[in-house]
Amino acid sequence: MAETIVPVGHEPVGHEPPPEVTHLRHHFATTEQQLDASMLGMWTFLITEVLFFGGMFTAYAVYRFMYPAAFASTSVYMDVWLGGINTAVLICSSLTMAMAVRSAQLSRERPLVLFLILTMIFGTIFLVIKYIEWHSKWVEHLVPGFNFQYNEAPQYTHHAQILFFLYFCMTGMHALHMIVGLGLLTYLLIQAIRKVFTAYYFTPVEMIGLYWHFVDIVWIFLFPLLYLIGYHHPK
Amino acid sequence: MTQHIDSVKAYVGVFIALIILTFTTVYVSQLELGEFHIIVALLIAFIKASLVAWIFMGVRHSSKMTRLFVVAGLLWLGIMMLITFGDYTTRIWDYTPQPWSQKPTVGGVH
Amino acid sequence: MATIVQGTPEAVAEPVDYLNVSHTWKSWLFTTDHKRIAVLYLISITLMFVLGGAAAVAFRINLLSPEGVFSAETYNRLFSMHGIIMVFFFLVPSIPATLANFLIPIMIGAKDLAFPRINLLSWYIYVVGALFAIYAVVRGGVDTGWTFYAPFSSTYSNSYVLAAAFGVFIAGFSSILTGLNFIVTVHKMRAPGMTWSRLPLFVWSNYATGLIQVLGTPVLAITMLLLAFERIAHVGIFDPNIGGDPILFQHLFWFYSHPAVYIMILPGMGVISEIISCFSRKRVFGYNFVAFSSMAIAVLSFVVWGHHMFITGESMYSSIAFSILSFLVAVPSAIKVFNWTATMYKGSISFDTPMLYAFGFIGLFTIGGLTGLFLATLATDVATHGTYFVVAHFHYVMVGGMVMAYMGGLHFWWPKITGRMYSEAWSKFSALLVFVGFNLTFFPQFILGYLGMPRRYHNYPPEFQTLNVLSTAGASVLGLGYLLPIIYFLHSLKYGARAGNNPWGAAGLEWQIQSPPTTFNFDETPVVTEEAYNYGPVEEIVG
Repeated sequence: MAETIVPVGHEPVGHEPPPEVTHLRHHFATTEQQLDASMLGMWTFLITEVLFFGGMFTAYAVYRFMYPAAFASTSVYMDVWLGGINTAVLICSSLTMAMAVRSAQLSRERPLVLFLILTMIFGTIFLVIKYIEWHSKWVEHLVPGFNFQYNEAPQYTHHAQILFFLYFCMTGMHALHMIVGLGLLTYLLIQAIRKVFTAYYFTPVEMIGLYWHFVDIVWIFLFPLLYLIGYHHPK
Repeated sequence: MTQHIDSVKAYVGVFIALIILTFTTVYVSQLELGEFHIIVALLIAFIKASLVAWIFMGVRHSSKMTRLFVVAGLLWLGIMMLITFGDYTTRIWDYTPQPWSQKPTVGGVH
Repeated sequence: MATIVQGTPEAVAEPVDYLNVSHTWKSWLFTTDHKRIAVLYLISITLMFVLGGAAAVAFRINLLSPEGVFSAETYNRLFSMHGIIMVFFFLVPSIPATLANFLIPIMIGAKDLAFPRINLLSWYIYVVGALFAIYAVVRGGVDTGWTFYAPFSSTYSNSYVLAAAFGVFIAGFSSILTGLNFIVTVHKMRAPGMTWSRLPLFVWSNYATGLIQVLGTPVLAITMLLLAFERIAHVGIFDPNIGGDPILFQHLFWFYSHPAVYIMILPGMGVISEIISCFSRKRVFGYNFVAFSSMAIAVLSFVVWGHHMFITGESMYSSIAFSILSFLVAVPSAIKVFNWTATMYKGSISFDTPMLYAFGFIGLFTIGGLTGLFLATLATDVATHGTYFVVAHFHYVMVGGMVMAYMGGLHFWWPKITGRMYSEAWSKFSALLVFVGFNLTFFPQFILGYLGMPRRYHNYPPEFQTLNVLSTAGASVLGLGYLLPIIYFLHSLKYGARAGNNPWGAAGLEWQIQSPPTTFNFDETPVVTEEAYNYGPVEEIVG
């Protein structure tokens, strides 16, 4: 049974499994309607996320436009190596997440559990590296509002502080989304171990997969904007 | 909705492309490109994001409505940034007084 | 699970509906029925309305005399709490979370919203946000105005800005979830035959509202968050001392808060379409135009926000563009007003209470909208910005427009929501009180603003006293006009006559089902075969 491929919508008419399998809720007429509604709802939610992060990106763009030299001067403190490794780690986690969704679509229970665990491991690695970075910023007195000192280029102290605030705010919000994502993955993992997900019902896996990929996309933009500004300027 | 199941090959292909693009963006950032620096960086980021959305998030199999929603979200982000920038970029424009904008002189008092 | 009602034989004979299906606290607090959630929202926003209204009463009393009663600090806190509570905790959720929550699934022939549990969650989030706001009031209030302008709010104010800002931040998520739910519901839950061109206009306008809520509110959330960081840690993002730009705060704030004005007014426009059509016994004139004007307003609302910032240091080239774009919003708004008027032409008009409110809406919204054009004009705005002219303008739109529509909608659908009819005489009397009281309160403020009285001051030169006394007198009449409905609505719950399924002889799916509806609205999914507002020729209606 685990290897038979029965995509939703392709099953013969009149052979839809009972609600225990499809998790069809009372107010929907068909599983198709339920899935469509969930998908549209998730995409709408992601749009709100785009605009939520968009506010910070707008602030970043405005201040970068106003203070280009001060922003470029911060590059000496940005660890391109750690940022780059984290980018790669997130891309790996996106791949394993996509594979997890695929396993659920094919009713493959063990690979689903395996890929979910891998995704969580990558997510955790990302957060650990993030912590290391933040810690070094703290040691170097670069946390605005707490211990900010900008000895590298004192003439830029004020404007660089705005960039460092944006750095902490944007990566912090991103990390918060990662933590929420790890929580959601934990829920998925428990459900997957209980063998809830089949080719007839894997909506949560797909939804949380979309969320996880979105968080990856945010990082794809954060990396060049924060780590690679003025990287070409030789120190 | 019919579920389309992508091949492992497609996923791994995207994965490799994303890794290569990450190296590219780091490499390109070290070149002396002047103003184009940010444009290239954002272009690469946009391609990467599109790959993730198109394959990993399954936009290529999604309905027109979903695509419309995705485009609308980006469009609104664009509206917010563009119009805000409309303010910041034109604040520094010089203002040349026009004949009609000069203060009228009343009773010979300037 | 249904508790058996013991007592009068009448109670036993009552058919089961969403209200009497169970009576426990738990069945209300953990319900996923969109109708019960709507009632929960109705109760909570009414409480917030009373709270915000009390603040208004207090500062109107202060303005009776030129030297004022309260200190400047107290006065600032009063009008700030009035604004914050009324905007974020009453107007934004008012029609969407109550009437639309109740009606949208029924109007499109669905059993519930697409995500019933998210609907309940949104109410809990709203309550938490409201508790934060109330906490801010109890601790001593906020003095920033509802706009939280930095750097005053972030650096200098010594009031409870954080609690209020967190309340607004949290309530925003409730608004997002409501909008998201509506969008998905309208897309995916329509009954067979319910095409987009057959949707009641109330559904169209709430769909447009949902789009604004989803696209705008997240930006408010991040703005409040940045403000909180600035206030807590002085990071400098809005602090001009270290190069931060306070105008950026205004850009982000108004990117949400101007569209939010349309979050407040669009659902009201939907209510008016329904009422006008029903009490004129005619299909809404130019259905397509009215439907698409809602969408046009939703889109245009996002490109005009800079007209709040003409005098704040925004680039004047930007201001010119914003001014022109702001004029464009008048087009779809005028389409609506003209089409409602045309709907009544040669209609068989009856003057029931909901229709009285609709008349009030059309007149007052027109005044509010047209004075908006004065303010969109750069030169006039420089003179009138920050005066009572602005206060009068937005109260004509928000109270004269939105609250009138909300009251009209409540009177229209009250028999459907509760199954009972309220007192006709009292309701007509209170509609009259609201209209008279409203105009007496706010029309003098147009004149005061024109004469140059600035807003947000606790005292004023003696020559403004007559008009201020008139305004306060009007506010007392208006307050009475709002108090009466609370009394006769509550009275009708027990003593009101049974309304029957369709007391107004209205078209629309919601009038074809039982009053009050059963938990799943329809016994079987309806199939829609005709357009909305299919009122026959006038003669056939009689009997």
